[in-house]
Amino acid sequence: MSGGVDSSVAAALLLEQGHQVVGVTMRLWGGESDTGCCSVSDVDDARRVAQQLGIDHLVFNFTDDFHRHVVDPYVADHARGITPNPCIECNRHLKFDRLLERADVLGFDAVATGHHARIENIDGVWRLLRGADDAKDQSYVIHMLDQDALSRTLLPVGTLTKVEVRAHATRLGLRTATKPDSQDVCFITSTKSPDGATGRSSFLRRRIELHAADVVDDAGEHIGRVDAVELVTLGQRRGVAGGGGNKRFVVDVDVPQRRVVVGPESLLLVDRELGSSPTWTHGPVDGRVWVQCSAHGEPRAGSIRTNGVDGNQVDVVWDEPQRRVSPGQSLVFYDRDGGWVVGGATTASLTTSAIR
Amino acid sequence: MRPDAVEAMLPFLTQTYANPSGSHRFAREARRAIDEARDVVAGVIGCLPGEVVFNGGGTEGDNTAIRGAIERRAGVVVCSAAEHHAVLHCVEHEKGHVVGVDSAGVIDLADLERVLRTVSNVSNVSVVSVMAVNNETGAITDMRAVSRLVRSLAPGALLHTDAVQAACWLDLRTIWPLVDAMALSAHKFGGPKGVGVLAVRAGSDVAPLILGGGQERDRRSGTHNVAGIVALARALESTDRERAAECARVEALRETLVARLMSVGGVHRTIPADRAVPGVAHVCIADVESEALLYLLDEGGVCASAASACASGAMEPSHVLAAMGVDRGLAQGALRLSLGHTTTESDVDEAATVVTSAIERIRSATKGR
Repeated sequence: MSGGVDSSVAAALLLEQGHQVVGVTMRLWGGESDTGCCSVSDVDDARRVAQQLGIDHLVFNFTDDFHRHVVDPYVADHARGITPNPCIECNRHLKFDRLLERADVLGFDAVATGHHARIENIDGVWRLLRGADDAKDQSYVIHMLDQDALSRTLLPVGTLTKVEVRAHATRLGLRTATKPDSQDVCFITSTKSPDGATGRSSFLRRRIELHAADVVDDAGEHIGRVDAVELVTLGQRRGVAGGGGNKRFVVDVDVPQRRVVVGPESLLLVDRELGSSPTWTHGPVDGRVWVQCSAHGEPRAGSIRTNGVDGNQVDVVWDEPQRRVSPGQSLVFYDRDGGWVVGGATTASLTTSAIR
Repeated sequence: MRPDAVEAMLPFLTQTYANPSGSHRFAREARRAIDEARDVVAGVIGCLPGEVVFNGGGTEGDNTAIRGAIERRAGVVVCSAAEHHAVLHCVEHEKGHVVGVDSAGVIDLADLERVLRTVSNVSNVSVVSVMAVNNETGAITDMRAVSRLVRSLAPGALLHTDAVQAACWLDLRTIWPLVDAMALSAHKFGGPKGVGVLAVRAGSDVAPLILGGGQERDRRSGTHNVAGIVALARALESTDRERAAECARVEALRETLVARLMSVGGVHRTIPADRAVPGVAHVCIADVESEALLYLLDEGGVCASAASACASGAMEPSHVLAAMGVDRGLAQGALRLSLGHTTTESDVDEAATVVTSAIERIRSATKGR
């Protein structure tokens, strides 16, 4: 229970279904932050909802694990010019690993969350499907669930739209009924510091050295500077592309050389992409799939094939040329017919030329 | 609470509800109750009645002793790394020195001596604060040795002791002559929460933390918590009277409990029996996480704790065990079981059964992971 409306309603629905329910809030982050899933006021909300529902509420301190598996890699990745998705790593290592294990030790049959996705057993196989609310679908961020995890996970709000979730909360008089959705990385403050720096920039600047870099166009002409090459993301347009009428994108980020290359969209287009450390909901799959490359991105048509040592890489071949996915982002594969998640992988860090 | 303390406070919540600072008959009655309570408390501590200051509890007492003393005598404040946060955070706030602790969980006397000498060379020591008994582990400090060092190396310093955990188990009359200030909290000896005592030796200059109506001879303003003070005195008096017999009885129970816990293997006693107060059984359990253990204990009817909790309610890793050099992994399996005047042999038997079966269950569930 994050203290948000989705997990509040998830707990209420489970109770209505007759389950024995205990609410758990994970304390993940001890640092400063005004948003997200572990501020004291959010824990207060979770506890008060649990009290209202008449269920026990526990707080588990997983800050060590969160640092090790989410925050430290987040910082280290940025230092290499990679833009990771910390929410996915949190789901991978905390919610559906550490918490699932803890639940097992304590004798619980399942862990339920407020994610907007569905889990169904279809012909003896546990399938992870998109949530009923297209705009809120979160199957992308929990794609790493395997059969064991899927069999022990419940997603009670996945069959509802967000409007329906809020209506349930209002009907039950839950204090979180009108609480705004959280959008941000929970350990990064959403407010800008007095000097105008973003939360991400301030957070990273306290932990790693950020380097200014030259911005050049695809012909090598110098067109400007950026304060921090580590904060530039492939495909980005704002703040780096310089003037001029043409749409220009970041087409290469070279951290060691302190250089950002911008150019037309055509330079971002590739025929294939390489994913590393794949996970599979029901074993490795080769063949035609839909591939989603960001949390609410439009699925792209392509084919996948595992290769590398022990299948630790996935080749993605696009049906049509696609914009490159920035390194560190997750590629999530959906079955063309069933629509369920078959697996996912993280985009490897490769230069544009290597992919083309 | 002790039933006699509850009984003692009730009339002051019902009939004699007056403010003791008034002049009418009900006020005089309330005033008399406070005066008598002060005499009782002074008798148990072995101090003068005028040295007893009633306040809002142990944290306030620690804050007043440390910050109030610094206000009147500039210098450096020193405490041990295992102090309660009520002391530790004051000392950190005042940018003081934190002295290490030994493996038995009490202040390292050699390190204290080194710090006192170092500070005295360049500045002066204004306050030394050393807890009489540790709140997590029950470890007993040799206050005589601490006092001897402070008096010889920092004669101008105020020596304060957080005796919140000591009141139940140690004769406070043996500690008071060694120190200048001593903080107590009623709820640690069967009294109500939100009321305590700071004993301050006559002549020791300690500025008040709270200004106002000038109660407690200008040392602690604010309308007296009459019912709380009366109950505190009654609880302390009963505790003092029963202490010797209770120590022997509870220590025997504690030894039975610890032996039962250690019988499952991989359970490490944190403080040797003769160096901890009888009321605390503290162990570190290998291959077990306290958070999981406490849930199973609660389910089994055993309410216990492991370390202090933060604002969110999550348990924080123990700073006491970290200061003692206990391995972080082992410290994550910390468990403190408390025993007191209501604890019986069958309680201990039940607790041991619940704890040992929970340990075995967690270990078998996590095996092979």
